[in-house]
Amino acid sequence: MTALLLRDLTLALRAGGGFGLSLAFFLIVTVLVPFGVGPEGGVLGRIAPGILWVGALLACLLSLDRIFALDYEDGTLDLMATAPIPLETVTATKALAHWLTTGLPLTLAAPALGVLLNLPTAGFSWLTLSLAVGTPALSMIGAFGAALTVGLKRGGLLLSLLVLPLYIPTLIFGADCVRRGVEGLPTTTPLLMLLGITLGSVAILPFAAAAAIRVNLR
Amino acid sequence: MDLTVTDLSIARGGIPVLGHVSLTLRSGCALVLRGPNGIGKTTLLRTIAGLQPPLSGTIGLPSEDVAYAGHADGIKSTLSVTENLRFWARIFGTGDIAPALAAMDLAALAERPAHSLSAGQKRRLGLARLLVTGRRFWLLDEPTVSLDAASVALFARAVRTHLSNGGATLMATHIDLGIAEAEVLDLTPFRAAPSAAAPGGFDEAFA
Amino acid sequence: MSIWEYANPKKFMQTSAWALPWVTGLAVLTLITGLVWGFFFTPDDFRMGSTVKIIYIHVPAAIMATGTWFMMLAASLIWLIRRHHVSVLAAKAAAPVGTTMTLIGLFTGAIWGQPMWGTWWAWDPRLTAFLILFLFYLGYMALWEAIEDPDTAADLTSVLCLVGSVFAIISRYAVLFWNQGLHQGSSLSMDAEEHVSDVYAWPLWVAIVGFGLLFVSLVLIRTRTEIRSRRLRALEARERMA
Repeated sequence: MTALLLRDLTLALRAGGGFGLSLAFFLIVTVLVPFGVGPEGGVLGRIAPGILWVGALLACLLSLDRIFALDYEDGTLDLMATAPIPLETVTATKALAHWLTTGLPLTLAAPALGVLLNLPTAGFSWLTLSLAVGTPALSMIGAFGAALTVGLKRGGLLLSLLVLPLYIPTLIFGADCVRRGVEGLPTTTPLLMLLGITLGSVAILPFAAAAAIRVNLR
Repeated sequence: MDLTVTDLSIARGGIPVLGHVSLTLRSGCALVLRGPNGIGKTTLLRTIAGLQPPLSGTIGLPSEDVAYAGHADGIKSTLSVTENLRFWARIFGTGDIAPALAAMDLAALAERPAHSLSAGQKRRLGLARLLVTGRRFWLLDEPTVSLDAASVALFARAVRTHLSNGGATLMATHIDLGIAEAEVLDLTPFRAAPSAAAPGGFDEAFA
Repeated sequence: MSIWEYANPKKFMQTSAWALPWVTGLAVLTLITGLVWGFFFTPDDFRMGSTVKIIYIHVPAAIMATGTWFMMLAASLIWLIRRHHVSVLAAKAAAPVGTTMTLIGLFTGAIWGQPMWGTWWAWDPRLTAFLILFLFYLGYMALWEAIEDPDTAADLTSVLCLVGSVFAIISRYAVLFWNQGLHQGSSLSMDAEEHVSDVYAWPLWVAIVGFGLLFVSLVLIRTRTEIRSRRLRALEARERMA
């Protein structure tokens, strides 16, 4: 498992696409918003939690199809399926690698982008916390979607169509946590729900993803 | 323990290709699958490897004792030869990769990134992976594709060493490897007969 | 005799061929009864006027929209556990019907909402939930379309249906939470039953039964088509092999 994690991280680093692209995309989306809605600080500050969460979610989506597609094309998945580690571990590990190269950098970069969007001071800690708790769910759900579409030639668009509806609860609770934090309301409920979704996804989806991969390898 | 296949029927893309295949693979033996293109050699190997379910029949197999090598080698082009091999050694929980490098004559290329290898060199790396799995039964699908004569000889030597150590190989290949003890199994007689269901039934579409 | 016997394609084709005209006829009969009764023989509501009568389409469609998804979930589970082809083909056949029902529900809701709330669309929890359900239907059908091999498609869509169901339920509650979080004590209520008196309820029940029968009839027709097209595939494959 460590071997697989290290390999995936090395590959992401060497290919250069892993960290950089998603972060750059997140930045660009955030920069585009003021051009769209106008530079007025009050408006931006009010919509900042939602924009930052939607931006992080889309940036996450961008790199999903790489989770399994490359390994499928070069035959690695075939060999993995006959290796002594269970496929469930493989899918969970690859989701973890995806989170380390996408979700974690996005979480760390989000406060800086919050400044650009006039996010009120009270929101910063909640933004970081909610992203840290919620993005693992995004990676795991995404890995499941990637497993479903791994055998398809042009699976990218379909992957978005399948995964985005599954992201809705995470987005709702994540953005609401920040919004409540900004308004000084209690944030326990959305944060706990977010944690619940993450833990539930990590507990169940590796099995669903492994099942999907087995079907796709047939 | 042997690898035994009893009365196996398999399908490709929902269409039966081979029926009632039976074979036994003992330690120290090599079995070569022959047959025209499309007969189902790859499908048979993948089924025995557990990558797809058979239509019917049983596969008796010591658990976790099979290494499969298909058309694709599972090589990451941005990793070096050593890194690629070491990764598989760790996945299969075996240690030393030096013998495998030596056996497939890759020692000189050890630090080269895999994308700079030629097709034949990549294939040798893919076959070296078999050596680090430490598994007894090798299932090989056209292992000699893009290998030159010298490399084929190298590979044949590796297979013979493997056999003499109590291993066994089941391979689909058209090249004579010069392994004297290899038996040949022609798959042509096992070609699946067109569905026997009475025409007009709605069952026949569903295997 | 076991109920699973009907999961045999041959048996299913026989039985459904016999049942289809009856179901369809009954569906047409109840639909006409329910709708004519509802539209022409009920009084106007003192608050909503004649606009209230759209509930005879709106409510049954909404019930069938969620009901269809549950039927697909059950059929997918049967496929994954017992490997009955007819079951998963029925799920595939039901998806477009469910999608259409969802769309009808959303559209009639908008038409009703306009004079009542002064807006075509509000992010009311119930409306939003149906919109999300619509997205789930789209994803499910898109996955069926995208995969070449029928058994692979059946397995993957069934897994998606399972996982999707869990997330759809979470979404339902997330949306409730989200909306209350925005504007406390929303005054918009889509709950039709709350202000339905007996005069309206009877034709409504008839209309609901009619929609249910219509659903069964459509799914039977579509499943039969799917089975035929699968058979066509097999025949073509045999032709090529011979």
